[in-house]
Amino acid sequence: MASITREEVAHLARLARLAVTDEELQTFAGQLDVIIGAVARVGEVAAGDIPPTTHAVPVTNVLRPDELRPSLARDEVLAAAPAAEDGRFRVPRILDDPE
Amino acid sequence: MTELTRMDAAALAAEIAGGRASAVEVTQAHLDRITAVDEKIHAFLHVDAEGALAAARAVDDRRSSGQELGPLAGVPLAMKDVVVTRGLPSTSGSKILEGWIPPYDATITQRVRAAGVVMLGKTNMDEFAMGSSTENSAYGPTHNPWDLDRVPGGSSGGSSGAVSAYEAPLGIGTDTGGSIRQPAAVTGLVGHKPTYGGVSRYGLIAFSSSLDQAGPLTRTVLDAALLHEVIGGHDPADSTSIDAPVPAVVAAALDGARADLSGLRVGVVRELSGEGYEAGVLDRFAETVGLLTDLGATITEVSCPHFGYALPAYYLIAPSECSSNLARFDAVRYGLRVGDDGRRGLEEVMSLTREAGFGAEVKRRVILGTYALSSGYYDAYYGQAQKVRTLISRDFGAAFETCDVLVSPTTPTVAFPLGARVDDPMAMYAADLCTLPASLAGTPAISVPCGLSEGLPVGLQVMAPALADDRCYRVAAAVEAAVAGRDGQPILAAAPSL
Repeated sequence: MASITREEVAHLARLARLAVTDEELQTFAGQLDVIIGAVARVGEVAAGDIPPTTHAVPVTNVLRPDELRPSLARDEVLAAAPAAEDGRFRVPRILDDPE
Repeated sequence: MTELTRMDAAALAAEIAGGRASAVEVTQAHLDRITAVDEKIHAFLHVDAEGALAAARAVDDRRSSGQELGPLAGVPLAMKDVVVTRGLPSTSGSKILEGWIPPYDATITQRVRAAGVVMLGKTNMDEFAMGSSTENSAYGPTHNPWDLDRVPGGSSGGSSGAVSAYEAPLGIGTDTGGSIRQPAAVTGLVGHKPTYGGVSRYGLIAFSSSLDQAGPLTRTVLDAALLHEVIGGHDPADSTSIDAPVPAVVAAALDGARADLSGLRVGVVRELSGEGYEAGVLDRFAETVGLLTDLGATITEVSCPHFGYALPAYYLIAPSECSSNLARFDAVRYGLRVGDDGRRGLEEVMSLTREAGFGAEVKRRVILGTYALSSGYYDAYYGQAQKVRTLISRDFGAAFETCDVLVSPTTPTVAFPLGARVDDPMAMYAADLCTLPASLAGTPAISVPCGLSEGLPVGLQVMAPALADDRCYRVAAAVEAAVAGRDGQPILAAAPSL
């Protein structure tokens, strides 16, 4: 039995904001099924009371002095943006069409 | 005099400091080499001849005005495109960042520039460093100078290609699951993954933040150590950077070159051999373990029972972190934007942009990571993988109670043919089998050439405890010296000329 279906892959792609094609869905569903089958092997390890590792070399509460420093130059940042207007990022439409 | 492009970085720095060659001459020689051979190799995505020559002139000016030069001043370097460089394209091998000019330098870029190291340009890589062959680059593959029909490893395959083809004596790579060590092994180079936190990640385009680490790719162990000392050390701009002195890796490399490892306890990891490993690789590995004995080391076999689970754990943790990190590519602040016609909303534009801008492997991993982090699957996949990660660290801890270093082959096979694994993700992932445990544990590991199998280079991996990077360099330098003594020349000298 497949561990992941085409419909699930389509749902995950939507969550990840990827407008995948039907052809990709087909390919990815097959490949992800194999990959998930392989990575599921982590379940063989008896690790019930083992603490998880998020960072192998843990450092905590790292603070730096609260001092004034120059930020990136606004014009240089905006020059690298896909669209800018009036010294700001211009975003695609975020409100529903009023019509 | 030896041709400038054939000299290693330490020798070039000495030529420049001694006034026998100018930094401009050295830089021009490497730019000419790129012009001559990079059509075949495709190591570079962007060559910055003007910037390189200007940086070289600045070094020459400093020298002629009597100022002291750093140990690598004037020596050319190939920078992986995942590292941001102010004023120079930084695509991370992706279409989604095509044409983006970063407004700032990564910390390692700043340090390289401050050291007078001459950045020749940006090198090819698997998109967002996801891959083991550089075939996942949106800009076409890089070719292995040993055999142009084979991969140069990945994801730092542009840097390994450039350094092994004598286009640059120094290369920067990044290693998340093996992306410095594996390319080094299959192109006959030295590659070191520092202790996690040893080199700043500020300005590295993030793939998997708990694993990513930048390091050197060079033709000699000493050159790697010299570059490590330039880029390493604490950085307040990276909160995961370790606030401790850089291990004395240059001194360790010089010490190792005396080829005396008396009293060193070396552990051979039982789990990093066997099925899936080529006979030629295992033979070269066994011979090199014999060499270590000749050098005075004592060898024991150790078992690290959870290393066999490093691959599944890694391919849950890294995709999970990448699915989160790559959310920054939202078509708003930098890079590509597709379908913004005034009618489509933000979410649709974002989805169309990411669909157009990401390649297949990146999409696969983003989807896989989204799955592993989903409610209902989180505990069984991502959570369980993090526990396995703890057990792998404990295996290392136990082994280092009786051993100073651990050794294994760096890769299970020699360089594989272009195209051989692109449609089979699991086969591609297997290239990282030996390098993943040190990635997950955050411990340092180096790959050093140890012989040839079927005419292609084989690497030895030396692993050490966290912050003991110097042990990796010492052992690697001893192996380098012993192998050169045995063969009468370094491994890379056997590569065909282009």
